[in-house]
Amino acid sequence: MNDILPNTNAAGGRSTEALLSPREIARRLSLSRREFLRGATGAALGSALSGASPFMYGEGTRRKRKAIVITFGGGARDQETFAPQGQENIPHLLNELAPQSSFFTHVTNQGILGHYVATASLATGVYETLNNFAAVPPDHPTVFEYFRKDLRRPASDAWVVAPSNGFNRIGESDCRSYGTGLGATVILPKHLLKAASSGSGLNLDHLLLDNYENPLYTPTLEGGEFELSQLNRILRLSVDDFMAHARTLSSPDELSVYIARRLMQQEAPSLLWITMHDMDIAHSGAYSLYIEGIRRTDRLCGELWKAVQSEPEYKDNTTLFILPDFGRDADYDAGGNGFQHHRTGDAASRTTWMMALGQGVRGGVIYDQPMQSIDLVPSLGALMGFSPELAQGKPIKELS
Amino acid sequence: MQPSHLKPEDFARYPPEARGLVVAHLDAIRQLPLSFLPNLLREAIDYDFKFPAERSAIERELAVIGSLPPAERDDWFHDFAEIALSPGLERLDWVNQPARFGEQESAYLWTTHQQDAFREAAMQYGARLLAAAPPSPPSVPRLGIAVIGQGVEAYDQPLFRDLRAHGTYFSHLNPENGLQILLTAAGERAKTYPAPYGHWYVDGGEAAEHSALLTCVSYKALGGARAALLKNMQAEIRRPGMGPEELRTHLAELKPADLGMENAGDPVLERFQLKILTEGSGTQIFSTTFAQWSAREALRRAQPVTLLVRFAPRQRQRPMSELLSDSGAKPELDLMGSLVDGEMGAYYHWINQQRLPGASQSVFLAWFEDHPEAVVVSPSLPHGVESTSPIDLGKLLHLALS
Repeated sequence: MNDILPNTNAAGGRSTEALLSPREIARRLSLSRREFLRGATGAALGSALSGASPFMYGEGTRRKRKAIVITFGGGARDQETFAPQGQENIPHLLNELAPQSSFFTHVTNQGILGHYVATASLATGVYETLNNFAAVPPDHPTVFEYFRKDLRRPASDAWVVAPSNGFNRIGESDCRSYGTGLGATVILPKHLLKAASSGSGLNLDHLLLDNYENPLYTPTLEGGEFELSQLNRILRLSVDDFMAHARTLSSPDELSVYIARRLMQQEAPSLLWITMHDMDIAHSGAYSLYIEGIRRTDRLCGELWKAVQSEPEYKDNTTLFILPDFGRDADYDAGGNGFQHHRTGDAASRTTWMMALGQGVRGGVIYDQPMQSIDLVPSLGALMGFSPELAQGKPIKELS
Repeated sequence: MQPSHLKPEDFARYPPEARGLVVAHLDAIRQLPLSFLPNLLREAIDYDFKFPAERSAIERELAVIGSLPPAERDDWFHDFAEIALSPGLERLDWVNQPARFGEQESAYLWTTHQQDAFREAAMQYGARLLAAAPPSPPSVPRLGIAVIGQGVEAYDQPLFRDLRAHGTYFSHLNPENGLQILLTAAGERAKTYPAPYGHWYVDGGEAAEHSALLTCVSYKALGGARAALLKNMQAEIRRPGMGPEELRTHLAELKPADLGMENAGDPVLERFQLKILTEGSGTQIFSTTFAQWSAREALRRAQPVTLLVRFAPRQRQRPMSELLSDSGAKPELDLMGSLVDGEMGAYYHWINQQRLPGASQSVFLAWFEDHPEAVVVSPSLPHGVESTSPIDLGKLLHLALS
């Protein structure tokens, strides 16, 4: 047995990692994902492929195209997901979605590692520097504004479903020079739940925690969000039905996916952005709850993809993007406490992955060249035909 | 204010020993860049309430800095000096509120994309300091013990997966009187190798009977302080103008007396426990997090040669459906979840122990309480193997430490 396992002591194992540069650690992280995915799914390495981009569409096709973006607030690390010991946590991502995806193994986030500011950066294509714990709009135009302005789309065509009050301003930027009133409508399901259960006497304090990074602070809402009165008008959902369904669900992310599916049925938006946060309970330090959150998110991603296939408005014309906003601290970084936080800025906390699948995406392919999380918006622009002129990322060439 | 303008009277509000320490090294301190210095003062200001290992570390660090020739000092701190700070940060009372400065500096570094440069500078500085003044190895090989899974009757998944590659997995232990054996062994070590704060027992529930020579921290014993803290936080949150940064500053300024903790007559340990509750995320709510974070902080700060941590069941996280049905039921315990938490907590205990001097001689034992499963990492035992030999915990400890 000793001949099989490397017989290194702990200090040796740690110092090996400590000697590597952050760039090398990040490269190894993505290599480990690639090797695992390739073994598990039989996917091909993207660099080995040649030929034209899969996105060879005329304007007519683009008009019908829809895109759904799912982000995870609170990344899941390799060892809890794509590494061999983590695979049991992600059966849907691994066995159902990855085989039909273009999988990007090396996505880095070079911005601020807070969930609101990082998600805002994903949505603008610029590393935003706003206060992570304040309900303020991004400084740069959002993907929703580019989409609606360039393609002359109505407000009903761009939506955000987000977990906490802090996200209520993410639909539209503060960039007045770009224009106003062009953003997405933001639905905060937990905010709706609070409003719907008002006066019921239920103690939902724990459930309604705004976020896990700073669980005691809840920003005040200020415009832009979807109100309870619109449940019936837009989602064709009475408050009673909403509450009755909420009582069957186990978490805020399940509620978000329920609302997203309702939106897909009633409004069929062409650009739908959903952020999930259950796994960020890792900040409480309970590893089992973090794993539970990953497993739930994995299941919900599978359910959303099934919903895409079952909705006529979405089937065969939808591209789905799934990506964590960033990672979490490595076990061996002395500045952090492993999975619990994302405060060190180490390679594990900055390195993550992205999965794209559906219409126009080459399936079963792995790309391991580095890209940045701010490349998402330019890639969406190339896909849907709008120009994110102030975004600082670059279109991913394998998707454009 | 810039560090070069510092005068002895600027430290008048420091506790007496901290003031003496800083003033004695004032010439060296004046030469340090502002991006760095408050982080050093953050440690120094609490000198009166530090563990012996921490006090030695601060003294060593100041002595090293003071001994550097000017050119070498400039080289050591060049990257810190390159960090650009805002006028607002420079105006802060960083002498008396170094922790507050540190928080605001961190936020500023993130927003100005200087976090990576600062991190790199800090890592390089740490490596240089370690090389210039390596800490002494412990007088006796360090022993870490993690006891997990209290109350779990059966578990059919493999345990200690992360640790097994580093040690020997024992699958046929005799678990009888296991906790007693381990606590007795910890007490014996405290008697044989006496050292202030050198031997610890952390319990995520109620502490079992143990030697008075062990420094003991338990979740149950801090129940009153936890309740007082949550009440205090709720009151603060309701105050107008309260935000996350203000709340953090408020928590950092709490004293043990604010939470009714000044009973044991040990101000150093009281401060430690206060910080576990006010600085640890989740330590107020989940006993498993409390145990893990307490172990981490005890190792980082006190550097004990013996640390026994026993994880106890934490409260169950209630799903949304239950919260909405308002069953009124009291929170139950999550035995299985706590076992999984404890398994990771044991792994982190070992990692944190290995960060300390003498790592190559350190011994670590993790045991599934009342069950025949344990893993032992020891220089005297092979790695990545399983032993099916029947053995009790006393003999196993003896084997590991021999």
